[in-house]
Amino acid sequence: MFILFLPFDLTAQGFDPPILDFSGFKPYLEKDNDTIYVINFWATWCRPCVEELPLLEKLESDQFEHPLEVILVSLDFRNQVETKLVPFISEHDLQSKIIVLDDPDANSWIDQVDERWSGALPATVVYRGQKRLFFPDAFADYQSLKSTLINF
Amino acid sequence: MKSLVLYMIGFAAVAMTSASYDSISNPYSLGDQVDDFKLQNVDQEWIQLSEYKGEMGVIIIFTCNTCPYAQLYEDRIIDLHNTYKEKGFPVLAINPNDPIQKSGDSFEKMKIRSEEKAFTFPYVFDADQEIYPRFGATNTPQVFLLDDELQLRYTGAIDDNPQNPQAVNINYVENAIEAIVADEDPNPAKTKAIGCGIKAKKAG
Repeated sequence: MFILFLPFDLTAQGFDPPILDFSGFKPYLEKDNDTIYVINFWATWCRPCVEELPLLEKLESDQFEHPLEVILVSLDFRNQVETKLVPFISEHDLQSKIIVLDDPDANSWIDQVDERWSGALPATVVYRGQKRLFFPDAFADYQSLKSTLINF
Repeated sequence: MKSLVLYMIGFAAVAMTSASYDSISNPYSLGDQVDDFKLQNVDQEWIQLSEYKGEMGVIIIFTCNTCPYAQLYEDRIIDLHNTYKEKGFPVLAINPNDPIQKSGDSFEKMKIRSEEKAFTFPYVFDADQEIYPRFGATNTPQVFLLDDELQLRYTGAIDDNPQNPQAVNINYVENAIEAIVADEDPNPAKTKAIGCGIKAKKAG
């Protein structure tokens, strides 16, 4: 039995993003250190989100005054994580950390992400310690994204 | 010098982002009376908001064909209309998306979707995108519930569980309607939901 299940488990460990409810995800919005966190809310079915991904993916290989981490928070439906999100991640070879946020009553947590957020995708929170910005739309190009972060 | 220029670019980028956010401010607030408008329905007829004056209210829902969240709610929107039309709160569904951004949200595709799902309520097209900004609508699907004076009484989500209708705990719209019928203020009167950003026409 054990041998049969082992390879399956290893695959799941390697590719499957964690699925968290909001309380499980919230610490990612509150890290108190010197890193710039770029937290992007997206889904594979959201075209402007998908168009923006390469810009976000490029950030971690670029140079900034502070360390930088991109976290892609997927709002793909729970029943499409295996069928759509996981294949999408390997197909696009996404390198950033990916979390699935699965918490039905979004009204209870959208304001905790940012009060200015309507709930529309995509949306991005950028923070470092107590400094925080919110972007309710996709970034138009890499330069506008980078210039936002260069002195952050 | 280089860093100063970059700093200024950065500042301009932040300023531009917040400006684009502010440009959709000043929409209707709770309690405001909604101005009349006229939009074309999938049956080619024109629907005017003032036609709803004899009702107890109207459930305006900005929705579309293509957004997966809107699709999750299609059957529930049909149920809402079937349940609440009798009680004086019919549904008026409005597609606010620019079909150039999203070809699946064209007027022709709306007709097809309406037929496929056998919508029993009007599904009108905000072709000039002049109506949704008045409401400050940002997502599909998004509800704006009006009372018999066509005053805005509730805005936001239909219920608290998009992915699983069987697991809904709070029916926000139904509760808001019941509150209006009981001559009370809906509580909550404002909710938020994850959805697809409305596809605005690109300038130029």
